[in-house]
This record gives sequence, C-alpha cells and structure tokens, in this order.
Amino acid sequence: MSEDRNEMPEPEVDTRRREIAGVLTGEFQSPSPDQVLENVLENVLLFLTSRRDRNAVSLVCKSWYRAEALTRSDLFIGNCYAVSPRRAIERFRRVRSVVLKGKPRFADFNLMPPNWGAYFTPWVTAMATSYPWLEKVYLKRMFVTDRDLELLAQSFPAFKELVLVCCDGFGTSGLAGIASKCRQLRVLDLIEDEVADDEVDWISCFPESGTCLESLIFDCIECPINFEALERLVARSPSLRKLRLNRYVSIGQLYRLMIRAPQLTHLGSGSFSSSDIVAQGDQEPDYISAFAACRSLVCLSGFREIIPDYLPAIYPVCANLTSLNFSYANINTEQLKSVICHCHKLQIFWVLDSVCDEGLQAVAATCKELRELRVFPIDAREDSEGPVSEVGLQAISEGCRKLQSILYFCQRMTNAAVIAMSKNCSDLVVFRLCIMGRHRPDHITGEPMDEGFGAIVMNCKKLTRLAISGLLTDKAFSYIGKYGKLVRTLSVAFAGDSDMGLKYVLEGCPKLQKLEIRDSPFGDAALRSGLHHYYNMRFLWMSSCRLSRQGCEEIARAMPGLVVEVIRNENEEDKDGFEILYMYRSLERPRIDAPEFVTIL
Amino acid sequence: MEGAVAYESDLNLKATELRLGLPGSDEAEKEALSGVRNNKRASPDTSDECGSKGSSNGDRENAPATKAQVVGWPPIRSFRKNSFQPKKTEAEAAGMFVKVSMDGAPYLRKIDLKVYKGYPELLQALQNMFKFTIGDYSEREGYKGSEYVPTYEDKDGDWMLVGDVPWDMFMSSCKRLRIMKGSDARGLGCGA
Repeated sequence: MSEDRNEMPEPEVDTRRREIAGVLTGEFQSPSPDQVLENVLENVLLFLTSRRDRNAVSLVCKSWYRAEALTRSDLFIGNCYAVSPRRAIERFRRVRSVVLKGKPRFADFNLMPPNWGAYFTPWVTAMATSYPWLEKVYLKRMFVTDRDLELLAQSFPAFKELVLVCCDGFGTSGLAGIASKCRQLRVLDLIEDEVADDEVDWISCFPESGTCLESLIFDCIECPINFEALERLVARSPSLRKLRLNRYVSIGQLYRLMIRAPQLTHLGSGSFSSSDIVAQGDQEPDYISAFAACRSLVCLSGFREIIPDYLPAIYPVCANLTSLNFSYANINTEQLKSVICHCHKLQIFWVLDSVCDEGLQAVAATCKELRELRVFPIDAREDSEGPVSEVGLQAISEGCRKLQSILYFCQRMTNAAVIAMSKNCSDLVVFRLCIMGRHRPDHITGEPMDEGFGAIVMNCKKLTRLAISGLLTDKAFSYIGKYGKLVRTLSVAFAGDSDMGLKYVLEGCPKLQKLEIRDSPFGDAALRSGLHHYYNMRFLWMSSCRLSRQGCEEIARAMPGLVVEVIRNENEEDKDGFEILYMYRSLERPRIDAPEFVTIL
Repeated sequence: MEGAVAYESDLNLKATELRLGLPGSDEAEKEALSGVRNNKRASPDTSDECGSKGSSNGDRENAPATKAQVVGWPPIRSFRKNSFQPKKTEAEAAGMFVKVSMDGAPYLRKIDLKVYKGYPELLQALQNMFKFTIGDYSEREGYKGSEYVPTYEDKDGDWMLVGDVPWDMFMSSCKRLRIMKGSDARGLGCGA
C-alpha cells in the first residue's frame, strides 16, 4: 500500500534519485560516471522481476552484482540449507518477499523420519531484525512453530501475505497471533498443512473494525472453527475474493457465507453436506440462487463429505469455472456427467477415480480448454479395484489437446495409450503417471512400459517434469537420457535393471535439477557418473537403492560443495546402514541442526 | 534365514525362553506409521513412546494377507488417504446419525441408524452403549420391567415411544433419541 512507502522512506535510493535529478538540472556537483551508471542501472533493475534474469544480471560485473543485490525485493530459496540466513541477508538488503522451501518431496509420503529439519526459526529470527519491511512469506515443507509465527506477527508491521504449503509444527494458537497482530494482512493461505488443534478460536482474533483480507484458505485445518465468528469476519472483509473452508463447515453454513460474499472468485465449499439430519419437508435454503449470485466465481473446490443430492446447486457457476477440484468428492460417473457437461471453460480439473473411465470420457468431450488434469485414487492401495485405466487416458488425450500437465493414478495402463497421449498432447510440460501396482507391465501386451514413456520424452518437446512407474527396464532410462533434454524434475520408483539406467539419465539430461529415486537397483558406480552435474542440481534423493556407505563417502570427498546426508531408519541398529541418501549443493558448512539418525559425510 | 525360523517354530523355543518379564507378555513391535490421525498435540512424555501417533499396543491393524503395504506407496499424502473411506455400495453413502441422550449421563452419543436392521438390534446397541437394560416391549403397555424407556423425537417435535411404528417409518422420522429414566418415563407408558 502506498501509504506504507511514504511513512517509511528509504534514504539511500532517494538520495540517488536526487542526484540524478540534480545532474539533469545542473544544480548538483556531477557524480562520477560510474555512479551515474549505477544509479541508472538500479532504476532499470527495479523493473526486472524474474529471478533467472536477475541471477544473470548479477554475474556481469561487481557493480552490476551490487546494483542487483540492492534492488532484489523477492528472495527465492529453493533449499533452505543451500544458504544460511546470514549470507542471504548480507547480500540482499531490501527484501519484501521471501520464498523458502525445506524438506524434499518424498518426505510427504512418510519416507523421511520426522524431525529431520527445515526449521523456519533461524530464518524468521534473522529476518526480524534485517527485513523490517517484509510483506510476504511463502513456505513449503518447512517446520514452523507457534513462536515463529508470533515473532513474524510482531516484527513486520507491513506484513501482508502468509502462505504455508505442506508445513507442520504449528497450531491454531500460532494462527491466532497472526490474525490479531498483522493488521495489514491480505492473504492467509494454509494449504495441505498439518495444523495442531490448540482449541484456540483464531477466527475471532481478526481485527474487529474490519480487515483487508483478500484470501483466506484453511481447508486443511482438521478441527472445528467458530462459525458465527467466521460469518462476522466475512461480513467485515469487503475485499475478500478467495475463501476456502474446512470440512467442519456445513452446506447450510456455506450458504450463509455465500450470501454475504457474492464477490468471491475462489470458493472452497467445506463439507458440502448437512450437519443434522434434514427430515423431509424441512425448508432448505436456496443453494442454487446463492451460487447463481456469485457471478465472478471461477474456482471451486471443497466437497469434503459431499452429499451428491446437493450437486445441482453448483450448476449456475459451471459455465464460468476455469478450475474445479473434485478430488475429495466421492461421486460416480453419472453425478460427474451432470456437472461437467456445463464446464466448457474448464482449464484445471482434479477428480477422484470414482468417476471411472466413462467420467473421464465425459471430461474429454466437453473440456476442450483443459490444461491440467489430476486423477486421484479413492482407494490408494496396490491391489484395489481400478476404476480408471488406459481407456480414460486415451479419451483425455483425444479430447483435451491443449493439455499441459497431468497426474494420473491407475491400476492398469498400456503403452499404446501413453504413446497416443504423447502424440495428441504435444504441449505437455508435466507428465506424471502412477501405475499403483509395482513393476506392472502393459496389461494387454505384457511388455514393459518403456515405449510409452519413451514416446513421451520423444514427442513432448516442452516436457520439464516426469514421473514414471510400472515395469521399466534400463531402456526407458536410455530414452529419457536421449530425448529428455529439458527435463528438470524426475521421479523414479521401482524401476530399472542396473546402474546403466541412472547413468543414462545423469549423463543425458543437462537440465536435471531434482532427481528423486526409490527402490531401484542403482549403485555406487551409477552415483559416480553424475559427479559432473551435481553442482547444477538442487538435490538428489535415493532411498532403498543399492548404494553403499563408501560410495557416498567417495562423492562427499570429491565434491566439497555438496552436503551428503545419509539417513537411517529409526529402527536401524547397524550404524553404517542407511535407507536414504539425500544430497544437495550448499554454500555453507553442513548444518548443525541434524537429528541423530542423520549422518553428514 | 528361513530355515532358522522354521526350526524355531517346531521346537517352540519361545516357550522355553529365559528372560526377565512376566510370562505371557510379548515385546511390542514397532509399526510403520499409519492409522487414525489425531492432531491434538501429544504431551512431551508420551510423544516419543511409539512410532505412530494414536495407535496403541492394543489396537494394531494387521497387514492384509495378500501383500504387505509398502511405506509411502502409492505416493499419496496421508492427508488425502485418510480423508475418506471408499464407498462400498451406493446405499451406504450417507450415514443416518442421530444423537442419543441418556438421563443422567454427562454427554451424548451419536449412532448411525442405517447400521441396524431393526428394533431389537438398535435396542441392544443402546443397552450396550449406556450400560442399562430395557424392559420387554408390548403394544399395550410399552416397556415393562425397567425404569429406562427409549424414546425419540419425531419430525413434528413430539416425543414418541420407540417401537410403535414400523422400522422404516421410524428411520425416516426419528430426529434424535433419548433414554428416559424414572418418573419422566411414566407418562409414556412404562407400565406402572
């Protein structure tokens, strides 16, 4: 907000601006040419927002490095252990927004023992004194405590946006601090976090006089909230555009909120069922007209405990929806069809496989603008019934030609369908296929899935992210190494025959940044083949592979700029045995906050 | 490896094993993390005890006989996995939960009427839940032989005796249950 900038002047930049003005009017003693250049550069760099561009700028010369450092306001740190808070703060003095990412992704699936690290505390402590004008914090997979949140709320008077994704360590008492002390708060987004129930009514802690809230997302909070307080909060938050409720909000309560906030653009609908038994003849609110009144609604999610009878309520908004998240909605084919037939503008669609192949065919028939599809399993086990298969994938590939990103869980698949998708959807950037049965081949031909994934890397020229599954030999990896020239993220599980598989990838994929592998037969020789590349990567994760401790030690010796962590299972008696290798480049000495089961080589 | 195990079970070495500890007590095995999510913070002294929050020794799930589930596979966040149980049949979609109060009990309970096939099952469940006995039902005299009487509130807000109407009609009109006790119950015909 501009008032903030006026209240808190930044003397250095103002002086520079005055100098330039002085030069132009001839009043001033002219500064040296270098200084002029630097002043001009700084003013130009203010417009540069992409961090890749900024990184390039900072490499030109020392002067440009300094200018860039002074003007960078958005700090992105992809691995919180790659650099220390002190180093970051010393280089970038004027930061307004910080993005910090902590644990590697496989930690989401219980593969990493708890208390591994990624603590927010040292960061918030350092920033509290050095970045008084901090406005935005975005954290992913970090451990955040209530005290951290309290410190954040106290230290940054201009604080506007807090986004926590897949974080844990805090509870509703931390949220209460944020709500009550961050008077400029516009965004409080809690996405897939684990939030402890401290039995604190945090919703009541927002300022009574009115808020500037634009986005309030708390669908991941697994405890009841004070609904009356929420209703009053929505009533005094005229800027609110995004509201995602948790499953403790019933459809009747949703109605009351919607009629107070028809300006919403993003809505998470809570449980979408009634809390009490509604006997026949009772008057139910007119849900349809509540939805119809939300003319700006483009993104709809929630449906946590959906009673499908209520689905018709959303028909009025379907035609405008660009994003629909049914991934918690246990609905069948017919129920989906009744909705999806209206959703012509849909670009993002998340759904459960309970809708079956036929449901996906309906999606393919209507959603010609689809860019992103995610199909989650309702029964996430290896040998469960598989309601979706290659039939659904084929249909999507034929109907949704603009598809850019797909995540598809299934029990059976064929190479033919994957090949078809590679040809039909040439814009694919993200292809993640999870055949839930380990080592499962093409269920019609009995062959490995090599050719399917091979076709994806060959034909999808923009592909940057790939997750593979099913029965895969080294051949699949040779395809990836040969054709996957833009691949940045690769996820591998239960795949490959020998070291050659990993070698193909490490030698062939120059853009590889994030490589996560589990339960695949790759050993020390394969690990060695990536020495030329590891400094260009954010991290490498290998768990339950064929690595030995000596092999990892060799890497640690050869590459002093890498932190090589070997992580034991808690049960593991053998102090030399380990389950996980997690290594990453770092400018710092190895971290001192590692728990006992982590050994840094 | 396998040979040794077979050998051990033939000789039943466990039975003659010398160790400190009461006979019949077994080592608790650590389980892979799974089970019901409990997001109340554990107090410091209990949080380190078992590997998994919320699952105690008495309450272990056995791995399915078909295949042991692999940790972290398929790669779905536990938040999503635990969010719902798969529907078995269409009919079981929405449970029919009603509150049950008992005179004198400090808090209410909730039961799913759809689980029961008729009055006998329902009454038995109530008796088990609240540890009391109901008398015998007769159309003329209601429940005789006990000071407890099961009643329910119907759609119109009236308190009715459980058992008078056919089961299906009861299911669709029952909004909540109350086990009345003592003098309150007399009016509903407990056969004084």
